[in-house]
Amino acid sequence: MPKTFTPKVVTANHLLAGDVIYQTATGWTRKLEEAEVLTDEADADLRLIEASQQVDVVVGAYLADVAVDNDIPQPVHFREEFRATGPSNYAHGKQVELQ
Amino acid sequence: MYSYSEFDSAFLARRNAQFRQQVERRIAGNLTEDEFKPLRLMNGLYLQLHAYMLRVAIPYGTLNSAKMHKLADIAERWDKGYGHFTTRQNIQYNWPALKDVPDMLDALAEVGMHAIQTSGNTIRNVTADHFAGAAADEIADPRPVAELLRQWSTDHPEFQFMPRKFKIAITGSPNDRAVTKAHDIGLRMLERDGARGFEVIVGGGLGRTPMIGKVVNDFLPEADLLPYLEAIVSVWNQVGRRDNKYKARIKITVHEHGIDEIRRLVEDRFVETRKTFSGVDQQMLREIETHFAAPSFKAASEAPFKNAYHGDPVFRSWADTNLTAHRAAGYKIVSISLKKHGETPGDASAAQMRLMADLARDYGHDELRISHEQNVILPHVHVSDLPALHARLKEAELATANIGLISDIIACPGMDYCALATARSIPVAQQIATRFEDLKLEHDIGQLKIKISGCINACGHHHVGHIGILGLDRAGVENYQITLGGDHTETAKVGDRAGPGFGAEEVVPAIERIIDAYLDLRTGPDEAFIETYKRTGMAPFKSALYPETKAVAAE
Repeated sequence: MPKTFTPKVVTANHLLAGDVIYQTATGWTRKLEEAEVLTDEADADLRLIEASQQVDVVVGAYLADVAVDNDIPQPVHFREEFRATGPSNYAHGKQVELQ
Repeated sequence: MYSYSEFDSAFLARRNAQFRQQVERRIAGNLTEDEFKPLRLMNGLYLQLHAYMLRVAIPYGTLNSAKMHKLADIAERWDKGYGHFTTRQNIQYNWPALKDVPDMLDALAEVGMHAIQTSGNTIRNVTADHFAGAAADEIADPRPVAELLRQWSTDHPEFQFMPRKFKIAITGSPNDRAVTKAHDIGLRMLERDGARGFEVIVGGGLGRTPMIGKVVNDFLPEADLLPYLEAIVSVWNQVGRRDNKYKARIKITVHEHGIDEIRRLVEDRFVETRKTFSGVDQQMLREIETHFAAPSFKAASEAPFKNAYHGDPVFRSWADTNLTAHRAAGYKIVSISLKKHGETPGDASAAQMRLMADLARDYGHDELRISHEQNVILPHVHVSDLPALHARLKEAELATANIGLISDIIACPGMDYCALATARSIPVAQQIATRFEDLKLEHDIGQLKIKISGCINACGHHHVGHIGILGLDRAGVENYQITLGGDHTETAKVGDRAGPGFGAEEVVPAIERIIDAYLDLRTGPDEAFIETYKRTGMAPFKSALYPETKAVAAE
């Protein structure tokens, strides 16, 4: 039986701001819930290549695992949770700015 | 304090202009990230979890009020209004935008500061005893030598592409507050038969393979320092491992070759390097020393201090924990705690930085220090000024009386900011501090160093904490290993691992069990935690930490 593919999103840091961004079907977003969810491995690899080629927009693009709940991607690993929200020592960064 | 010569200022201006162009080329897409990364790292610019991070060098932890004010201005103008003081006496800005970094560096240059060699495989910012020039137990002020080392190592052509980073620490006191035995090179100033020299320690370091440094030379005459250090770095540069980044630090080189072989290689090389030094370095050192002349200490009545001490219990508590003996009569060294219970260790707001700068100017002969324990020091304060100083600290929430106590925790940024981290460390520090504040126990517990790192690179010095905590990722969950009995002083020792790690929710209860065991085991309040541990060893603490194991073993 083929190995189940864990859904992924393409994520990176923005070149100018340095903050965490996610790829959408048409560009980039700062909100994980708006990211394009990739459920096919070949498609995910292709989308990552496309993202990595945007050298004047993004830095360090990679595929991050997500869990999909009602079509909305959620972080799987705690590192991705902090990347999506910001530091946990007190509320600042993304969790404040995106509200 | 050292102030830049025309040469220094011109060098820095050229370097900043060069980096400005590199940033412009990166933004325009003319440099790839692979091309740009080594260039930005040479100028202290990292890309972390949520943002860029600019690490600014505070050479040997010494600042004046103008520099501290500038750090505050930068925090407010280009960051989120605060800065983070680190275990290497630097300051980090966690949120700069790439386009602003050249302006930040120009602003730093206005007060003679920079971010050069705060990253990369070079000789990093030289750290020193944070009580340098003030401590009662000091043989000599190590900062002129530290400044000489800064000038020697900055942009040194032979040492820009080394096997790995290289860190030097120096102390002028027999009581080592600079963790010299956990550095690539540690220098301890000595006097022998009236002549000044150094004990040279090599191959210490923390990280994934912690090592206590070994003495390569037990008395190096002062004049031989630079050629000798050049010989050490040059030997390592040649025989150090470049095949494996995890074996590249000099601690591994010393471990693999043995200290006797390293000494032989260094002595051989020293014969060569010594010829290339004409003595001009010693002339420079004499000139540098003039910048570090002691302030003119004042004489004043100690009555205001005594009155406050006897009349105000809050002041007394602060004075009992946050003051250290000074070499001048009537003076004290003031440690300002950046560890208010529940706050992020080492963070200071722009307003707090400005206040500390003003206090240094008004009461402290215009000097400030950053300690590797992430606090701010006013090294020269007359006791008559302490009540007024304390009152102003209180208003800025900077009067926490906890220096050296359980809540005075070193914590690296961990996964709240750092891209290398495997777990968080700041929230663990916040929870421990808050818990023991609630229990009102910390003054009873007394001297105790807790040090927390969020990955094996050990920026939080966990190996040498009396209680060390190391955060790891175990199958996608934060897990914390505890070590006991580490020592960062002249009797340096790597702590012993207690046993299996703890989940994030279990760490504070685990620390409580250790403390309960200590309070139970100690011979009296005068026996500090580390002394009890040395007397009893791990066994009783292990039983307290893992009660279920004890129960099983007893069955």
